[in-house]
Amino acid sequence: MDLFEHQAKELFADYGIPVPRGIVAHTVEEARAAAEELTGRVVVKAQVKTGGRGKAGGVKVADDAADAVEKAQAILGMDIKGHTVHKVLVEEASAIAEEYYFSFLLDRANRTFLAICSAAGGMDIEEVAHSTPEKVAKVPVSPLTGVDRATAREIAAAGGLPEKALDGAAELIEKLWCAFVDEDASLVEVNPMILSADGQVKALDGKVTLDDNASFRQPDHEAFVDQAAEDPLEAAAKAKDLNYVKLDGTVGIIGNGAGLVMSTLDVVAYAGEAFPGKPAPANFLDIGGGASAEVMAAGLEIIMSDPSVKSIFVNVFGGITACDAVANGIVSAFKLLESRGESVNHPLVVRLDGNNAQLGRQILADAALPRVELVDTMDDAAKRAAELAAVGA
Amino acid sequence: MAIWLTENSKIIVQGMTGSEGTKHTRRMLAAGSRVVGGVNARKAGTTHEGLPVFGTVKEAMEKTRADVSVVFVPPAFTKDAVKEAVDAEIPLCVVITEGVPVHDTTEFWAYATEKGNKTRIIGPNCPGIASPGASNAGIIPADITTAGRIGLVSKSGTLTYQLMYELRDFGFSTAVGIGGDPVIGTTHIDCLQAFQDDPGTDAIVMIGEIGGDAEERAAAYIEKHVTKPVVAYVAGFTAPEGKTMGHAGAIVSGSAGTAQAKKEALEKVGVRVGKTPSETARLMREIMQSR
Repeated sequence: MDLFEHQAKELFADYGIPVPRGIVAHTVEEARAAAEELTGRVVVKAQVKTGGRGKAGGVKVADDAADAVEKAQAILGMDIKGHTVHKVLVEEASAIAEEYYFSFLLDRANRTFLAICSAAGGMDIEEVAHSTPEKVAKVPVSPLTGVDRATAREIAAAGGLPEKALDGAAELIEKLWCAFVDEDASLVEVNPMILSADGQVKALDGKVTLDDNASFRQPDHEAFVDQAAEDPLEAAAKAKDLNYVKLDGTVGIIGNGAGLVMSTLDVVAYAGEAFPGKPAPANFLDIGGGASAEVMAAGLEIIMSDPSVKSIFVNVFGGITACDAVANGIVSAFKLLESRGESVNHPLVVRLDGNNAQLGRQILADAALPRVELVDTMDDAAKRAAELAAVGA
Repeated sequence: MAIWLTENSKIIVQGMTGSEGTKHTRRMLAAGSRVVGGVNARKAGTTHEGLPVFGTVKEAMEKTRADVSVVFVPPAFTKDAVKEAVDAEIPLCVVITEGVPVHDTTEFWAYATEKGNKTRIIGPNCPGIASPGASNAGIIPADITTAGRIGLVSKSGTLTYQLMYELRDFGFSTAVGIGGDPVIGTTHIDCLQAFQDDPGTDAIVMIGEIGGDAEERAAAYIEKHVTKPVVAYVAGFTAPEGKTMGHAGAIVSGSAGTAQAKKEALEKVGVRVGKTPSETARLMREIMQSR
């Protein structure tokens, strides 16, 4: 889960990391109140989970409360890379002497953590790393030894920070490491990390990614979930423990196993190119290896509640749960939905392969479920599902 | 012939007494794997599924000469279970558990490295390793394929099964599911190297997915070190940026990690990349038939 800047800064503050005083505002009126409370010059910052806010005009300095209102008016509702701005962070303006870059992140390739530090902060760090790699220090950090104050100071020095900033930076970096570990983050980034005119090192921006796998030991992270922005179907699926991602197309997808479902999305998208309107997948839904009747029913229910869906493709490989069990699951799912007064009102293309595929197909054929078609191969089934979506569109 | 897992491998199951552990211990035994015991500190001295339960991996190894451990313990206890296996210096530790925090995986990997990597770790969040007809350590369905001379390495479970099934008439030396997490023990490259060195493997199927740059690095390795034919498949061409597709590692961030970039990197070094699983199987079929 990615955090908003204001959430990241709240987290930083919990670890004693200096951040500017700031107040979140959802409306122009709230922005005025925030600016009045903070007094003086403020910065109005769009809260969206994407980079490049500044370039898009989503960050503006305001001289006073009246100006803050004007700036908030311009920013609220703005679209930044497909993200609508629903809230702004109104923050006291900082007197910046210098801007640096700092982050801790997971280094997948080397299977360790990495500290990245540079005196050339405040701008696109990828660009700096690309054009002047010598200005960016990348220091591997072992999870076994971690980062203490002395190590933090070395990293800051390696990044080329000046002597006058080293103590403050080392303190901030050490605390940031604690936040990174204790909060199960896979990224904590401060860009810019600033040296203020009065010699303080502060986090002027914050980007944090938390590891969803750690939620069992991070109960507090629940509060960071952005319910407003969450797709209602994704939220409903999550409540049922289904692994679901909403997409833009019209072919509902159910499959077992993340890789197979990802592959199904591709195959359907390719197949869709041949039909009018180019039907594409409406979602990613992985019902896992088991695929019991209950899970199948829950999955069908979610997909049918998506108004953009015109056809459904159930793509299952029978492994540990053989195809006859999956077929029985589909039949029971239909019964379960009927007993709740719901019915499957979309054409459903089913492809069963793997263990007991013949038996599974026979069970489905015998059940003679309305609007269910059996297709033998994944490629042909994808074509048929796309065709049905094109007809239904 | 096979890599890492043969008919002589003796397997213990960490977390054997849990529901998943029990179910898959039965399946492994039914597949002919030599499962020789389980590990659960609280149930040491008892028997489960007719097998002895030991208090520690070390004790289990001493009593049974086990050389493979399969881990089914819940995510909260996985780190300690793997560290215990590493301390006991068991040659192979297969971590099936899904949902392990990445800080834990990074820590047990660092721990294993510090101890000299005497234990090969596969996973976490993987289906395990199977050498058809010989042994099965994990949850790969044993009966979907046959023994043969294709080696397979994959980030994805069901895509592994799909390809093993489609190519069941040729059969497999070993199939390794390395898992879809951002940090994993055994990599594509480790498997490519082992298959290249294995006289029982003629050709290799490699299955990747979006996220990270493991496939790109594998391509660089293939160019320098792999002379056996490799056919690849990458899932997630149409996955949108910023959406995690089921596996924690399967997320496209910025321009990095796209399926297209992976495909191009692999094709540049002469690897044939299938557009779909069935096309991938067909490409491998052509290679095996022309031998």
